[in-house]
Amino acid sequence: MMEGIFRINGKEKRFTFNPRSRLLTVLRENGYTEVKEGCKEGECGACIILLDGRLVNSCQVLTASAIGKEIITVKGIGDIHSPHPIQEAFVEASAVQCGFCTPGMILSTYYLLKDNPNPKEDEIRKALDGNLCRCTGYVKIIDAVKLASRKMGEK
Amino acid sequence: MNEFDVVGKSVEKIDSLSLATGNARFTDDFRLENQLHLAILYSPHPHAEILDIDDSEARKMNGVVDILHYKNVEGVLHTTAGQGYPEPSPYDTVLFDRKVRFVGDRVALVAAEDKDIAGKAIKSIKVEYRILKPILDPEKALDKGAPRIHDGDEFTPIPVKYSPERNLAAEIEIGFGNLKKGFKEADFIVDEVYTTQFASHAAIEPHAALSYLDEQGRLVIITSTQVPFHVRRIVSMVLSIPVSRIRVIKPRIGGGFGGKQEVLLEPLVALVTLRNKRPARLVLEREEVFRSTRTRHPMRIRLKTGVGEDGRITTLKMDALLNSGAYGTHALTVLSNTGAKVLPLFNKIENVHFIGRSVYTNLPVGGAYRGYGATQGYFALNQQLDIITRKTNQDILKFLKDWHIREGETSDVFRALGEGKEGVSQIIKSCKLDECIDRGAKEINWYEKRDKKIRARGDRVKGVGVAIAMQGSGIPMVDMGSATMKMNEDGSFNLNIGATDLGTGSDTILAQIAAEVLKVPVEKIIVLSSDTDFTPFDVGAYASSTTYVSGGAVKKCAEKIKGQMLDVASGLLESKPEELIIADEKIFNKKKGKAVSFEEIAFHSLYRENQFQIQAEASHFGIESPPPFIAQFAEVEVDKRTGKVDVVKFVSAVDCGQPINPKLAEGQVEGAVINGISYALCEEYNFGSTANLLNCSFWDYKIYTTLDIPEMVTIIVESFEETGPFGAKSVGEIAINGPMPAIANAIYDATGVRLFDSPFTSEKVYNRMKEEGII
Repeated sequence: MMEGIFRINGKEKRFTFNPRSRLLTVLRENGYTEVKEGCKEGECGACIILLDGRLVNSCQVLTASAIGKEIITVKGIGDIHSPHPIQEAFVEASAVQCGFCTPGMILSTYYLLKDNPNPKEDEIRKALDGNLCRCTGYVKIIDAVKLASRKMGEK
Repeated sequence: MNEFDVVGKSVEKIDSLSLATGNARFTDDFRLENQLHLAILYSPHPHAEILDIDDSEARKMNGVVDILHYKNVEGVLHTTAGQGYPEPSPYDTVLFDRKVRFVGDRVALVAAEDKDIAGKAIKSIKVEYRILKPILDPEKALDKGAPRIHDGDEFTPIPVKYSPERNLAAEIEIGFGNLKKGFKEADFIVDEVYTTQFASHAAIEPHAALSYLDEQGRLVIITSTQVPFHVRRIVSMVLSIPVSRIRVIKPRIGGGFGGKQEVLLEPLVALVTLRNKRPARLVLEREEVFRSTRTRHPMRIRLKTGVGEDGRITTLKMDALLNSGAYGTHALTVLSNTGAKVLPLFNKIENVHFIGRSVYTNLPVGGAYRGYGATQGYFALNQQLDIITRKTNQDILKFLKDWHIREGETSDVFRALGEGKEGVSQIIKSCKLDECIDRGAKEINWYEKRDKKIRARGDRVKGVGVAIAMQGSGIPMVDMGSATMKMNEDGSFNLNIGATDLGTGSDTILAQIAAEVLKVPVEKIIVLSSDTDFTPFDVGAYASSTTYVSGGAVKKCAEKIKGQMLDVASGLLESKPEELIIADEKIFNKKKGKAVSFEEIAFHSLYRENQFQIQAEASHFGIESPPPFIAQFAEVEVDKRTGKVDVVKFVSAVDCGQPINPKLAEGQVEGAVINGISYALCEEYNFGSTANLLNCSFWDYKIYTTLDIPEMVTIIVESFEETGPFGAKSVGEIAINGPMPAIANAIYDATGVRLFDSPFTSEKVYNRMKEEGII
């Protein structure tokens, strides 16, 4: 077993873990169940997190390689009492159906809007290409990104 | 137009903020102390007898706690189909059998201290197989001398045709009029065969179930299911424990689409918990979901139509062969739906014959899948109509309008074809399909594009196609939903419902229905759903039933609450109940100019005088199943160099009655359409030489992403169904029926090539164009 310190949603956390374990598994085992496991093969995007500011599928990251790094999950950008404008936008645009892909979708949106606050439709589509959704047909998710962009522009 | 306060408004989905902030919990998000992790050993053979299982090596492994297989688990015949009781599916399954019937069939299960150990242990179980000849071609399943797939005591709990000795899982035949006469009257015959493929539901949350014993020693199952009450009943039966000892909880669920209408994992976790007195967790890997769960039934449909020179259809014969795979779950009902949900739409065809057979094969198991057989049937029929109208030089849109069922009309099929028994006769009370066709055609610019073969960039050519469809709203006289409500001091209400929200938003729209009755904002309705200890019975989320059936129960229940509130208010206001009106969370006697607030009514009833809890319960079942209707239009570009088909625009115009929540209704249509387009163009199962599924990952089983989707337009056409709650009909399934035929018809419009065999991959389209000499 290994041990390491991680900075998760602004707080320092010490975990003991199997050296072969993936970051997704360790996060979920330690209560960060907002990081979802949909395929464990780096394809569905449900386990997306921000790792030192980069968007990654946490199922494709060895935990050991993330020691000392900054991790942000969907709970790190806003919570039910003070949601992030992107989270509000997903709610208002009816972009949340089952919600299993939503944490990953929201983080992909967050990452997109950070560098590109007014994305064009094709840029949105490209940014969310790594997040699978089977419920919405993506229509209202794209609406939500546009709405989030407007909301964040107003702030 | 009906004026509503809450219904018809796109209120925010009540669980969406908790989902968007990562608070809401799905099955695998629940922590259990001291839990066992389970892993399943699957069959590598499509058809084999298990001669022996040796688990001694695995049992010696550190951390292995229990191993289950046919030697130590009683084989209770059941169906995994989560349907009403008695199920219209054959009892042909046991938890662990001596025989395996497809690659991915269950052989053994290990319970261990962690997932890695469980995974390692299954690999050290030695299984001795006697390989049997498999049936991989459904066309050969009924042949004399074909290997028999089920040769035990299988039976059907209801009296339907079932002959496992012939590999026949179900057979249905109905007819009206005189087929012979119809063909005689025809000037020519169109006789075509259409085939559809396996497809995965691909819910992003994999199947998952947990179980533990509560403080009283009762079994609690938390599961990702569409049918919590059927789970309780089937687990009770399979494990021989009383229903009273089981509680099933459905938390948030990450999509179902029919794939979670199956009771697959719950008996396994339950058995491990009962044997070991420890919690158990079983979460499938994506590969296991593909390999071992359920699929859309592949079908071969032959349509033979007699047609007059004037373009009249004199007769229609539909012959359907359904590949049920290794087990017969939903084999009868999906098959019957192919007739029951398709043929009534064209009720003016006088001579109709439907024959359907479901056969066992040694391939993955079909099950419920959004559209439920109608999808396969509409693929065939909508293309056939395109062929007929082209041959007879008719405007297909006019033809569809002339031939579809209308308000005030019926179809013999409604009466003849039910769920393993006769159906229920009904007269259509709402059908705005003409308007759907007109508005959809206008949006796609039909007449400017049809038959124009407009060239696009490169060697690409454009085409447009149309498909129409109907579905149902629950299974009439079968599906039942119920609700209980109570009033709280602040004028809020608890609404407890068995109905199962699998991400569709049913908790929200049911809250809207209650809120509409009581004239309160939806925030005043606190919803608890799908907990068999605390919520009343509901069949679950399938057959497009929740809005119509469970919604009917909620409306009745809220009306009872309203009645009790009016009684209390009439005492307080010294008025007769009929003098009172409800508005703004108050009850008024306008004449007297007096009012009493909901809060006062609640306090009065709970604390002051003749105290009682304002509370009610109601149940509802549909005596009919009003169909929603849809017209769908695809515009495609076909690349003549490669055969690649791109859908550039897709329009759906739907009559779902009064939408309770328009944005959620649109979301149902949009999700179904993209699933349908993805199914039409790229989703399929590829099998290896041993009938093993090769593409069991999202890398190899492609589903649509944001980069693939076309311009999407969804039109909700104004409509009102008098038998539905506030005029509502269903909307969950219908929109998946049109994409495949509309795209096929559009490909023909662009290229002159017919695709009779889905999916329309580049290779297939290219080859067809070659065959037809187009390129």
